[in-house]
Amino acid sequence: MDFTPVIENIDFYWQGLFTTIQLVSAALILGLMLAIPLALMRGSQHAYLRFPAWFYIYIIRGTPLLVQLYIIYYGFGQVESIKASWLWAFFKEAYWCALFAFTLNTAAYTAEILRGAIETTPKGELEAAKAFGMSKNMIYRRILLPSAFRRALPAYSNEVIFLLHGSAVAGVITLVDITGAARIVNARFYNPFEAFIVAALFYMALTFCFIWLFKRLEKRYLSHLQKPAQ
Amino acid sequence: MFNLEGYLPTILEGSIITLQIALLSLALALVLGILGALGKLSRNVIARKSAEIYTTLIRSVPDLILMLLIYFGGQVLVNDLAYKLGYDDYIEISPFAAGVITIGFIFGAYLTETFRGGILAVPQGQLEAGRAFGMSPIKVFRRILFPQMMRHALPGLTNNWLVLLKTTALVSIIGLDDLVRKANMAAGVTQKPFTFYLLVGVIFLVFTSISTLLLKRLENHYNPERRGH
Repeated sequence: MDFTPVIENIDFYWQGLFTTIQLVSAALILGLMLAIPLALMRGSQHAYLRFPAWFYIYIIRGTPLLVQLYIIYYGFGQVESIKASWLWAFFKEAYWCALFAFTLNTAAYTAEILRGAIETTPKGELEAAKAFGMSKNMIYRRILLPSAFRRALPAYSNEVIFLLHGSAVAGVITLVDITGAARIVNARFYNPFEAFIVAALFYMALTFCFIWLFKRLEKRYLSHLQKPAQ
Repeated sequence: MFNLEGYLPTILEGSIITLQIALLSLALALVLGILGALGKLSRNVIARKSAEIYTTLIRSVPDLILMLLIYFGGQVLVNDLAYKLGYDDYIEISPFAAGVITIGFIFGAYLTETFRGGILAVPQGQLEAGRAFGMSPIKVFRRILFPQMMRHALPGLTNNWLVLLKTTALVSIIGLDDLVRKANMAAGVTQKPFTFYLLVGVIFLVFTSISTLLLKRLENHYNPERRGH
């Protein structure tokens, strides 16, 4: 094995790392913002709110991210109404298509996680809030959502890792993320083993960083739910 | 817009290949998952450590990278090896085999965790009772451990199967003629990418929906409390 071509071109990987982090974190933030109303709709008593959220989540979770990305990146160009509108400025760029696809994708999974966490809110907490005379809005803002966010943390950390790993498909639509960088290096030097092992190491390092970060968050926000040390 | 211009049979052919890959890699993953779980719970340090390295490594790297590594990297490796053994012809790994092996290998790691949890949920005393009855280890596994382990592992298994099914879409990238790649080709010829990728999405949705329904029934089967309800 000869790693010199990879090391000489390591700049591609740094650029790729930057793109991956940028895409994933932007998608996570936007996805979370979408996921909160989706989760609330999904758990609503009104069918006209519940059904669209359920349908959206069902479709996104039932199809591969790669196909979603292809529909947006390759498919939207076929739709005249999109091509003629100002939206086309976005959807002709691979970067925005990837961000759009990742955001829609993670929003669906996160909404489902949040809904589960909201449903398992201890009844006592809500009753106490009502007894205090809090309005419905205030209960959501001060009791329900903060407590659900905490309980959703472990499952959400899994989703973050899934999105990070899923984001590798960005390299397929010409973007230079970590996978894209490895593909360029492999195409130039025909050294698949070295090129992809280095990419794997980059992803591994990122994965462990995320896991470490969430461990710390869990320690901070979930310590009241942990069993006391023996 | 929704005229498929005669490409429907091609797409359906691709769906069959997708299903074949998914089922074969599931079979491989089930075997690896049970072996991995037994390894993780074994008293042997080497078995325990290697199972741990296997699951940690696989689960920290994206599926696509592993697939590219095994397909392209494996190709180079096999040819280097053959060359050293004095074999001159170029050996080509079939993308089908590479796809099945990679996906099976990846989901073996995820299933290791699922099965480990399932095995731990079976009371030790029952296994001891089985041994006390003079059952061989294989019989204890088949009659006592496996049926009860399945009950606890099935919800996790269902989830993993749904993810696996969707992961098969990646084999199109290493050139395997699955559903997605057939759609690539049809979209290229007809200039209708939206139509064909949408169709692919619908087919995947049908697969995942049917799977969910069937696995719900299987869950009831392994859960005697819910059987017949």
